[in-house]
Amino acid sequence: MTDPVLSVRDLRIRFRSGGRETQVVHGVDFDIRGGETLALVGESGSGKSVTSFALMRLLPEAPRCTIEGSVSMGGVNLLELSERRMAQVRGPRIAMIFQEPLTSLNPVHRVGDQIAEAIRFHRKMSKADIRARVIELLTLVGIPDPARRMHAYPGEMSGGMRQRVVIAMALALEPDLLIADEPTTALDVTVQAQILELLRQIQRATNMAMLFITHDFGVVAEIAERVMVMYAGRIVEQGSLADVLSHPRMPYTRGLLASVPRFEDAGLKTGPLGTIEGFVPSPDNLPAGCSFHPRCPHARPGICDGALPELAAHGGGAHFVRCARADEPAFGAEPAEVS
Amino acid sequence: MSTLIETIDLKQHYPIRQGLLGRPSATVRAVDGINLRIQRGEVLGLVGESGSGKSTFGRTLMMMEQPTSGSVLYSGVELAGRSHKALHPYRRRMQMVFQDPFSSLNPRMTVEDSLTMPLRFHQPGLSARQRRDEAAETLERVGLPRSMISRYPHEFSGGQRQRIGIARALMVRPEFIVADEPVSALDVSVQAQVLNLFSSIRETLGLTILFVTHDLAVVGHIADRVAVMYLGQVMEIAPTRALFTSPRHPYTETLLSAAPQPAVGARRQRIAMKGEPPSPLAPPSGCVFRTRCAHAQAECAVARPVLRPRGPGHLSACIRDDLTLVPGVAEARPDQARKRMS
Repeated sequence: MTDPVLSVRDLRIRFRSGGRETQVVHGVDFDIRGGETLALVGESGSGKSVTSFALMRLLPEAPRCTIEGSVSMGGVNLLELSERRMAQVRGPRIAMIFQEPLTSLNPVHRVGDQIAEAIRFHRKMSKADIRARVIELLTLVGIPDPARRMHAYPGEMSGGMRQRVVIAMALALEPDLLIADEPTTALDVTVQAQILELLRQIQRATNMAMLFITHDFGVVAEIAERVMVMYAGRIVEQGSLADVLSHPRMPYTRGLLASVPRFEDAGLKTGPLGTIEGFVPSPDNLPAGCSFHPRCPHARPGICDGALPELAAHGGGAHFVRCARADEPAFGAEPAEVS
Repeated sequence: MSTLIETIDLKQHYPIRQGLLGRPSATVRAVDGINLRIQRGEVLGLVGESGSGKSTFGRTLMMMEQPTSGSVLYSGVELAGRSHKALHPYRRRMQMVFQDPFSSLNPRMTVEDSLTMPLRFHQPGLSARQRRDEAAETLERVGLPRSMISRYPHEFSGGQRQRIGIARALMVRPEFIVADEPVSALDVSVQAQVLNLFSSIRETLGLTILFVTHDLAVVGHIADRVAVMYLGQVMEIAPTRALFTSPRHPYTETLLSAAPQPAVGARRQRIAMKGEPPSPLAPPSGCVFRTRCAHAQAECAVARPVLRPRGPGHLSACIRDDLTLVPGVAEARPDQARKRMS
C-alpha cells in the first residue's frame, strides 16, 4: 500500500477563554491515502470541524488555542511550520471547501479573477496561461460557457454554481488532499448529487485524497470508502463504509443510524424513529469512562463508567470501536438497528 | 375525510421594481396557480427545492400575506380578501412552526411570556394564572419539564427551542399547523425526536399539518400524502408510498434519484437534470420543468399541463402518460407487506 498522504497522530486541541481551558479534541489518529475518501461524521459539538480547521492551521494562535500531536504530510509535521511556510502548504498540498461558498468568495471580485489570484500566489505563470488554466478549471467543475462566466460576480451565480467555483479554486493547484467541510449541506438535493458526482470524478482523475466532513450518513454512503464517527472530541468508531453503516458496533453509531428516517420505508408508517436520550456532554464536563455511557442504552455500571475504552480493533480487520462491551457475544448478538 | 383547506388557482406574485418608485419591470411568480385540498387530520408533505415557492405557499395559506389572486377556503369559508379583523377568528385555528425557532422567539422574553402572549390576544378572558397553567401544560406536552417555564431562549438547545416553537403554536389549540422546514436545522438524533413529537401531537390532538421540507426521507416518514412543487406549481401529488414507489412526474423521479441514502450500495444512477435552472422571472412556456426534463417533447412547450389522475389519489401534471419512470424505492419488501397486513 502507498504511504498515506496525511497522517494525524494524537491530535489534541484545547481552547482557553476567560482563564479557563477546555479540551475539545482528545487524541485523534487517522491516515488518508491518495485517491481515498475518508468521511468524518458527527453531530454539532463533536469536534469534527475543529479537527479539520486544525489540519489547515486555521484555528486561533496560542494561547487562545493549543494544538498538540502531529499532522504529517510528506514527513513534515504541519503543526511545527511557521505561518509563512504553512501558507505555501495551503493550496498546493491541502485545500479546503466549506458549507457556504460565499465564505470563500469575495463578493466584489469576479470569480475568474479570484481563481487566478490563487494560482498567481503560488505559481509563476504568464497572464495568458493563467487565463487558460482558469477556463480549464471552470470547465472541469462543469460551469457552462466558462470564458463568459469567469467574468461574473459571485452574487450573479446560483448556490450550486458558486460551490463549483469554490471547488475550482480549491483544485487550482492540484492539492494532494482536499478537506470538504459539509460542502453540500446548503445545497438542494439535485445540486448536491451533481457536486458529489463532480468530486468523485475529479478524485478518479487526480488521485487526490479527500477528508469529507458531514453529519449526513446518506452523503457518507455516496462518497466515502472509510468512515470515522466522532463523539465528544474522540473517534468512537472507524472502519470501511460497510463496517460502519451495515455493521455498526458502537451504540452511538447505531443510535444515529436508527434516528435517520429510512427512504425505503417511506409512507409505510413504521412507527417512531430511534432516538438517543439526553444531550451531548459539555466539553468542560465530560463523564468519566466512556463519554457516551450516560446516554447509552447498553451501559453497565462498573464497565462503562470506569476507564476510558480504547479505540480497539474489532473482528480482526480494520474496524475499530471505542466500546467496552463491543466484543461481548451477547452484545454482538443484538440486531443492529440498521441492516 | 373532509376537506379542511382548499386552494383554488392560488397565485402569489411579487413585482420587481427598478429603483425605489420605478414601475414594476418583472414579476416573480412564487406561487402560480395552485389547486390543492388538505384533508382534515392528514399530514400533507410539501417538497421542493429552493425557489419552488413551497414556503410562500405555506405563508399564503396562513394569510401572512394576501394572495395576488385565487382562493383559500378554510372549512369552505373564503379567507382571501378578508380584512385583518375578519381574519382574526381564523388566525387562532391556524398556527405556524418555523425552521429556526430562535429567530421566532424573543430573546428578552421568558418561555412563559412567549407562550402566553398569543393567549392574551386570542383568549383575553383568561387570568394570568390560567395562562401560566396552560403554558406549563403545553410545555409538558412537547416533552419539556414545567420547571423550564421561567427560562430564556438562550438557555435551551436547538432541539429544545424547536419544542418551544411547537408549544407556542399549540397554545391556542389550533386545528391546522404549517410547519416550514421545522427539523432542517437540527442534528439527526434531535431531528428524530422532533419528528416523533410531531407524530405524537398529530395523533393526540387530531391536528392537520402542512409539512414543508426539502428532505424526501423526512417527508416519507411523516406525511400521508406528498405534493411536489417546482417553480411555483404542483407537479405531482400522491399518497406517500405511491409517490416513492411509482412516481408519475419526471421531476419527482429526478428528486428521488438525487436523495442520498444511508445504505451501502445505495449509489445509483442519477437521473440528471439538463441545463441550468430557469429564471423565475421568465419561466418556460408550457410545462415549467420541460427545459430540464430528460423526457421533454415539442408538445411540452405548447400548453401548461394540468394535474390529471394517474392512480388512486395520484395526480401528475405531466402530459406523457407513456413514460415508465424509475421509482425511488421498490414496491414493498415481503417482510413489510406482511407487517402492513397484520
